Amino acid sequence: MAAETASVPATSAPAETERLRLAKAAIRRGKLRTRWLLLSPALLTIVLVGLLPLSIILVYSFLEPGTYGGVRWVFSTDAYVQFLFERDLFEDTLTFNPAYLEIFWRSVELALLSTVGSLLIGFPTAYFIATRPPSRRNLWLFLITLPFWTNLLIRTFAMMLILRDEGVINIILMKLGLIDQPLVLIYTDGAVFLGLVYSYLPFMVLPIYAALEKLDFRLVEAAYDLYATRGKVLRHVILPVAKPGLVAGCILVFVPGLGAYITPELLGGGKSLMIGNMIAIQFGNSRNWPFGSAASLILMAIVLVALLVYVRYAGRRRGHG
Amino acid sequence: MADRTLQTTAPGGKPAGRRPFDLKRQTGFSEIAWFCLFVLYAPIAVLIVFSFNDNRSVTLWTEFSLRWYRSALNNQGIQNAAMISLQVGAVATLVSTFFATLAALATTRNERFRGEGLVYAVINQPLMIPEIVTAVATLALFALIKQLTGVGGIGYLMLAHTVFCIPFAYMPIRARLEDMNLTLEQAAADLYATPLQVFRRITLPLMMPGIVAGAMLAFVVSFDDVIITLMVAGPGETTLPIYIFGQMRRGITPETNAVSTLIVLLSVVLVALLFFFGKRRR
Repeated sequence: MAAETASVPATSAPAETERLRLAKAAIRRGKLRTRWLLLSPALLTIVLVGLLPLSIILVYSFLEPGTYGGVRWVFSTDAYVQFLFERDLFEDTLTFNPAYLEIFWRSVELALLSTVGSLLIGFPTAYFIATRPPSRRNLWLFLITLPFWTNLLIRTFAMMLILRDEGVINIILMKLGLIDQPLVLIYTDGAVFLGLVYSYLPFMVLPIYAALEKLDFRLVEAAYDLYATRGKVLRHVILPVAKPGLVAGCILVFVPGLGAYITPELLGGGKSLMIGNMIAIQFGNSRNWPFGSAASLILMAIVLVALLVYVRYAGRRRGHG
Repeated sequence: MADRTLQTTAPGGKPAGRRPFDLKRQTGFSEIAWFCLFVLYAPIAVLIVFSFNDNRSVTLWTEFSLRWYRSALNNQGIQNAAMISLQVGAVATLVSTFFATLAALATTRNERFRGEGLVYAVINQPLMIPEIVTAVATLALFALIKQLTGVGGIGYLMLAHTVFCIPFAYMPIRARLEDMNLTLEQAAADLYATPLQVFRRITLPLMMPGIVAGAMLAFVVSFDDVIITLMVAGPGETTLPIYIFGQMRRGITPETNAVSTLIVLLSVVLVALLFFFGKRRR
């Protein structure tokens, strides 16, 4: 329409280009519509079944628990109060109770420790792989990736077989005559730590490898030429290049470790609860959905902080190499 | 252990008895890498070895036997659970791969559009939220729907699986599409093929490896899921991992090892196929 009102009638060229521009815009709009149409099944499914439930959890955390699971539609902040305080049923007074706080703290601690543990093994491994010739590199990557695709439950079960009282470690140590009584390995925080490292180690290796793959070894050579030691090369040349991968790897180990359910359930026994188990219990036997919802939200908040750290330190593009 | 580090300096240039200086070497790193492989594979190896143990004890070796495989394959509970797993896995794989294919077509090989970052965030959302939170939140949603409509069934479980399978199906399809260039499709269009013909004869066959890879990953992820299934599955909807999870908590027998070995084998075969199939295509 605007093409007809073109102010210069002398040549038709500007009008033509204007018309062309409009036509192109129309085509682009059509394409855009098609693209949203193509996206809609996936997006709708995820929004309705993946994101909508999170808002339900938010609402539920401010309600009262139902008698047989579920919720009663009465506003209440008890779920959050319950975190720190215990309500005395007779006197209706609140006393400070750190039990849940301790579970959260233990979870954060275990997740952090397992992140450090994976880092100590994962970084040298990733560096070693990145310095192999390309043909060997692929094999190594395959071997590191494969456990990630095998069932986590089964891998944790395999860890049980190693750590049990009559497990492989104890049997070997007793055969060697080093111990008479089996060591208590399983159902401890240590077992959960080992299980978490074992579970998420590939998550640490892969992103660090991806970062190190870009390392230009001429820089390393230059550093050695300038009399750097191996330690200095590691600290001043290799680590800065690896940093985005290091941060990504740490997040990828920390986040699932924090919300872990299977590992503490099988290796931690009843005494070493983590947040994940506590949430599951609230939706199962003890049936306090609002409290479970509140715990889920607090867990999500911690994860969000971790993700923000990631965006802050790894997401940003760096000006120089 | 033999020194496996790459020698980057030319041989012969250095005096004998001294190893040539290796630029890429860092002390102790190769040992740690081999240790890493050992840590990743030793437990699985133990699991597999003892699945062939005749003894009832899980970790006391007596003699080789296939009895636990026989017992596992004849176990009615395991058979039913495997059927449920296959059904849920098949539906979740088909639906999620279809949705992911459409989404990948919409998000690649085009100019960027507004909201694209948000779209990626939404698609990858199942990967960013702790699984236990997704599990209880989905449980809450489904409980609410069931309460309002009275409709039950295994469809809920399939739907829940479909959601977390989408990002896994999406990634390889998207990667494949980004690797493809537009020349063949443009050539076909120049030769008067209709858009539908171009898509069916050119685009679809070219993106097929990505779709197959996506479907395989989606199936593996669905087949392995524990936490979400544990929360969402109703009675009579016990999948294989849930069944063996129950066995592990009640007290383990080598039968658990046997089933576990079979499941590991399935994943390994699928992923290995995918890996080497993908390599040859490049």
